[in-house]
Amino acid sequence: MNTRKQYVRPMDGWWLKNPFYVRYMIRESTSVFVGIYAFVLLAGLLSLASGEAAYNDWMAAMTNPLVILFHVVALAAAIYHAITWFAVAPKVMPPLLTGKKRVSDKTITIFHYVIAIVLYLVMLGIAWKV
Amino acid sequence: MTDTDKTIEIEVLRYRPEQDKEPVWQSYDVPFSNDMSVLQGLQYIKDYIDGTVSFRWSCRMAICGSCGMMINREPKLSCKTFLREYYPGKLRVEALAHFPIERDLVVEVRDFISKLEGIKPYIIPREPRTLEQGEYLQTPTQRDRYEQFSSCINCMLCYAACPQYGLNSEFTGPGVLALLHRYNEDSRDGARADRMQIVNAEEGVWGCTLVGYCSEVCPKQVDPAAAVNQNKINSTMDYFLRFLFPKGGASK
Repeated sequence: MNTRKQYVRPMDGWWLKNPFYVRYMIRESTSVFVGIYAFVLLAGLLSLASGEAAYNDWMAAMTNPLVILFHVVALAAAIYHAITWFAVAPKVMPPLLTGKKRVSDKTITIFHYVIAIVLYLVMLGIAWKV
Repeated sequence: MTDTDKTIEIEVLRYRPEQDKEPVWQSYDVPFSNDMSVLQGLQYIKDYIDGTVSFRWSCRMAICGSCGMMINREPKLSCKTFLREYYPGKLRVEALAHFPIERDLVVEVRDFISKLEGIKPYIIPREPRTLEQGEYLQTPTQRDRYEQFSSCINCMLCYAACPQYGLNSEFTGPGVLALLHRYNEDSRDGARADRMQIVNAEEGVWGCTLVGYCSEVCPKQVDPAAAVNQNKINSTMDYFLRFLFPKGGASK
């Protein structure tokens, strides 16, 4: 006779049970802010397409303190996401070889930072000139 | 017996199917010395305090993969974790998360084993050789491609770390996908096309959301998250290249 009676533990609130999972959920939730930011930018583009008055209205709306606060939070979320992404970048790419030696995870992450910072500086430079 | 005056409290999540409706915590005071592992603590309980406590173990040196359990909610090999790390606090020992509890610290592993069998975790020669033709040769560089993934000891700590597996056990899971990658990356192997079916499936690599905890808890530095996520690229390539090489050229 089979007397086995296995117990399956519930998964309720699983992400609160380990700090690693909490950080994972924070990382994933940053996408919400980035998503909203994309819509705000899209609204700006649409108002630009529908004429000067509409664009000026959108620009005025952007000076609202709450909107500025949102942008600061969205920026922080995007930076946090970038940091976590650079940390896992070596995992999601095939092994990189220089000659016969494998490039270390740390080197790959550092390169991501270097490239990101160079790109931001170039972008800021271009924005400055305009 | 241990020759010590220090005592540590070990709480064990008990589940005796014939009498318990659900698991209950039971506390034991265990004398210990600095060189005692959590496994030795449990063995002390079984030998001297309560012979009914059930748990799996074999080698005591982190190579058999039998003694994995949740120690203060972290998946660990109990033979590789020391009681002194928790002293003077207590420690809570529970069966590996995300698996059904069979009894006390023993979990049902059938799902893992059948998934492991499913990936054909052995070399299927690309070009079969006869004995007279000699061994299958491989350069050190070719070996480097899979070596880290071949260190897996099937301890299932990565499954206990993976919430996606906990939420949906259909997911093939980190350990098995890492071993699948190990054989696919082997220059002597020729069964990549078969295994890619498992990689490409909904329950394959796409069930992973890169929580990354599997690689954190792996006692052998296999880095299953890397294996799974590199195969997201392979799976994508497989999908698009099939339009270029409709006769399966993508899987070569």
